[in-house]
Amino acid sequence: MDFLVAHFSQAVFLFLAFFSLGGAVGVVVLRQPVHAALSLLASFLGVAGLFVLARGEFLAAVQVLVYAGGVMVLFLFVIMFVNVRAVGKEAQYLRPLVPLAVVGGLLFSALALTAMWALGRRPPADAFPLVSVAGQEVGNTEAVGWILYREYLLPFEVVSVLLLVAMVGAIVLGRKPKEMEKA
Amino acid sequence: MNELLWTYVGWPLLKILVILLALVLLAAYLSWFERKLLAYMQIRLGPNRVGPKGWLQPIADALKLFVKEDLTPGFAEKFVFLLGPVLIIVPALVVFSVIPFGPSPHLFITDVNIGVLFILAVSSIGVYGIILGGWASNNKFSLMGGLRSAAQMISYEVPMGFSVVTVLILAKSLSLVRIVEAQKQAGLWFVFPGFVAFLVYFICGVAETNRNPFDLPEAESELVAGYHTEYSGMKFAFYFLAEYANMVVVSSLATVMFFGGWLRPFPNVSALAFLDVIPPLVWFLLKVAFFLFLYIWFRGTFPRYRFDQLMGIGWKVLLPVSLVNLLVVAYFVSLPGGQV
Repeated sequence: MDFLVAHFSQAVFLFLAFFSLGGAVGVVVLRQPVHAALSLLASFLGVAGLFVLARGEFLAAVQVLVYAGGVMVLFLFVIMFVNVRAVGKEAQYLRPLVPLAVVGGLLFSALALTAMWALGRRPPADAFPLVSVAGQEVGNTEAVGWILYREYLLPFEVVSVLLLVAMVGAIVLGRKPKEMEKA
Repeated sequence: MNELLWTYVGWPLLKILVILLALVLLAAYLSWFERKLLAYMQIRLGPNRVGPKGWLQPIADALKLFVKEDLTPGFAEKFVFLLGPVLIIVPALVVFSVIPFGPSPHLFITDVNIGVLFILAVSSIGVYGIILGGWASNNKFSLMGGLRSAAQMISYEVPMGFSVVTVLILAKSLSLVRIVEAQKQAGLWFVFPGFVAFLVYFICGVAETNRNPFDLPEAESELVAGYHTEYSGMKFAFYFLAEYANMVVVSSLATVMFFGGWLRPFPNVSALAFLDVIPPLVWFLLKVAFFLFLYIWFRGTFPRYRFDQLMGIGWKVLLPVSLVNLLVVAYFVSLPGGQV
């Protein structure tokens, strides 16, 4: 009982980590597009849980609201509209991919080793940077707002203009030519 | 140890159980209330056979749904077909964990500091229940209903979010308890400075719950019953229950954000102190009941919109109105002495 209480957050972390990683694997492996989309949804929800565990409750809520509640619904919407059915099983040839896998594995292990070396060299920085403003302990919402609108105001505005451009661009591309629209 | 177990496990579980039971009963009786009220509006009698004046009708309905055969269409996607009702009922009930029914900590389950965002985020999951149920049924009417509903809910979430932000600017907090306390401090309900926001919020709330006049996803004259055409038995009951629970959520949130939650009218005017004989919980329930009545009143009054009209209202009317209103309120709050 005491062991469970002491290691409760680790247990929750492991569960959420497997949940989101499992979801991510499912996106690639599942053959039915709707199942793959649902698997991605599970992965998003797992990540939201991880945010809560790292005391980022605002980020968690926004993650669910934007990614799970908005983006994924539109994904499903498109999948259902174009009526994609399951991808059929066909012969797959993996042998040409062997050199690629070896190189990828080597790169990944180099990255992992570097990370472990860096972690061992110095203690990790402040584990929860997003809960204090000017030395004062506040909620995650206030801290995110403070940082976003003061330190990163310019990048924030630039990104929003970029998104606007993308939106206008999508509308221009998706529009029929003028003479066809009248008909 | 035992004491800890009681405070952190036993007591909350008990509260959750009581609130869940009350909620399910409330949703069941809301359907009775709706049938009765619609009947009176149309000069009929409504259900009056089961029990005195038809009081036991919802219990009979629930029993019928319990024992009804649970059919799964042959070409349905079995797993997703099962997932649909689960994904709609769970968010609808989970949301009640942060709604404060009264001032004392015994009257709500928990007060999280992102309360409003929590509600918006969790209830945005509910749309999966509809869209997946519609798709998994393998029926073109269901699919159309599901797709309509997805488009509608995503469109109306945007102006609803902006009207909620207006309240957040006035209250300076996301916690639902603190929003009510801010209204007590200000001495007036936020519906007065935020009347436009309230109108936008409630219209969007009606659309989000797929209720008349925005019930296009289940328009029976075009789509049979929309996304739940193929559902029967308990699975259908879940869709039904979730719709009514969501109505209660929208009404409770309107009460908390715009109508002072458990506060009496003009909470700082001492001449009205005699109103305090009514306990806070009853004030809250009275206000919620009023909004539920509005829902049914709408259903008895308005004809259904066309789908393009529905989209037009959402994007071309409600969104600009809520944006301009947000700017105006923000401007007045930022003026010196403009703190409400």
